Amino acid sequence: MDSVRYDRTGAGPRIPLALKILVAGGFGAGKTTLVSALSEVRPLQTEEILTGAGVGTDDLSGVEGKSTTTVAMDFGRITINDDLQLYLFGTPGQDRFWFLWDELAFGALGAVVLADTRRLADCFPSIDYFEQRGIPFVVGVNCFDDARRFDLETVRQALDLDPHVPLVLCDARERQSGKLVLISLVEHVARQRGEPVPAA
Amino acid sequence: MRTEPPGPQHEWLDDAAGPVVRPYTLTGGRVRSAADGFDLVAFVLAGSPTDAADPQLPPEHRRLVELAHRPVPVAELAAELDLAVGVVRVLLGDLLARGLVAVHEPPTAAHLPHDDILKAVVSGLRAL
Repeated sequence: MDSVRYDRTGAGPRIPLALKILVAGGFGAGKTTLVSALSEVRPLQTEEILTGAGVGTDDLSGVEGKSTTTVAMDFGRITINDDLQLYLFGTPGQDRFWFLWDELAFGALGAVVLADTRRLADCFPSIDYFEQRGIPFVVGVNCFDDARRFDLETVRQALDLDPHVPLVLCDARERQSGKLVLISLVEHVARQRGEPVPAA
Repeated sequence: MRTEPPGPQHEWLDDAAGPVVRPYTLTGGRVRSAADGFDLVAFVLAGSPTDAADPQLPPEHRRLVELAHRPVPVAELAAELDLAVGVVRVLLGDLLARGLVAVHEPPTAAHLPHDDILKAVVSGLRAL
């Protein structure tokens, strides 16, 4: 690749480090809400394009009859300091867009899987995805007002979650609550690397 | 861009998939960038501000150069221009080939940040 490698020692403006965190979960689990609550800017949207011409197509000339469509992805930003930013990406909610996840997940620090206890099974595919790829994740149980409250151990069993995967209750609408979910993720990543972050 | 109602004959198209558009008109039909990379969080930085004034540059290219006078990630450029990421990658490939921008890819999974960075993230989040 002929692009400049990551280098913060060179001349010119300092290039910050951006860490990617994915926010996954079933449709309606609160992904967009969580990204909105945490982002310091109005959540932005970016779109990926699916071409009817198929994956692996380099050029659409001559296939004008083929349709394209787009998938929107929400993202938000949290500036930690001048050199460090977190980018939160809400994953496309539909299973047929899995192939977009690979790009999102590439180089990601980790993921938050949002679970809705009324439709717990909706987050199974997300959990499977991150488990299979060895991407660290935490599960946030989004506490919807009208949902029955379960204790975390019951939810953990229902999700068949490994004991080391953090499981936290949260309210995706609340910034402070979302913040705690992110902290539990970063602490989890640090623990997995054998260098736990000291408690505050 | 043209929008038309999704037709039933197409596997990708339904209400949830969104409008049908012709996003690659801007790139002359090119779907793939001339250069690899352009991660969503790769930072793009333009060189001299006078580059953006080049009358030979198409407006979208010029706008990208203007926006990248400070380091901006690919995803934010796409959001700012209201263009799909795939389209922005093609345009950035053009700019890269002309030496008008530099692209700073994020560290790959194998070179994820040191623990002091994770500590900084946790304390930064706690302070929010």
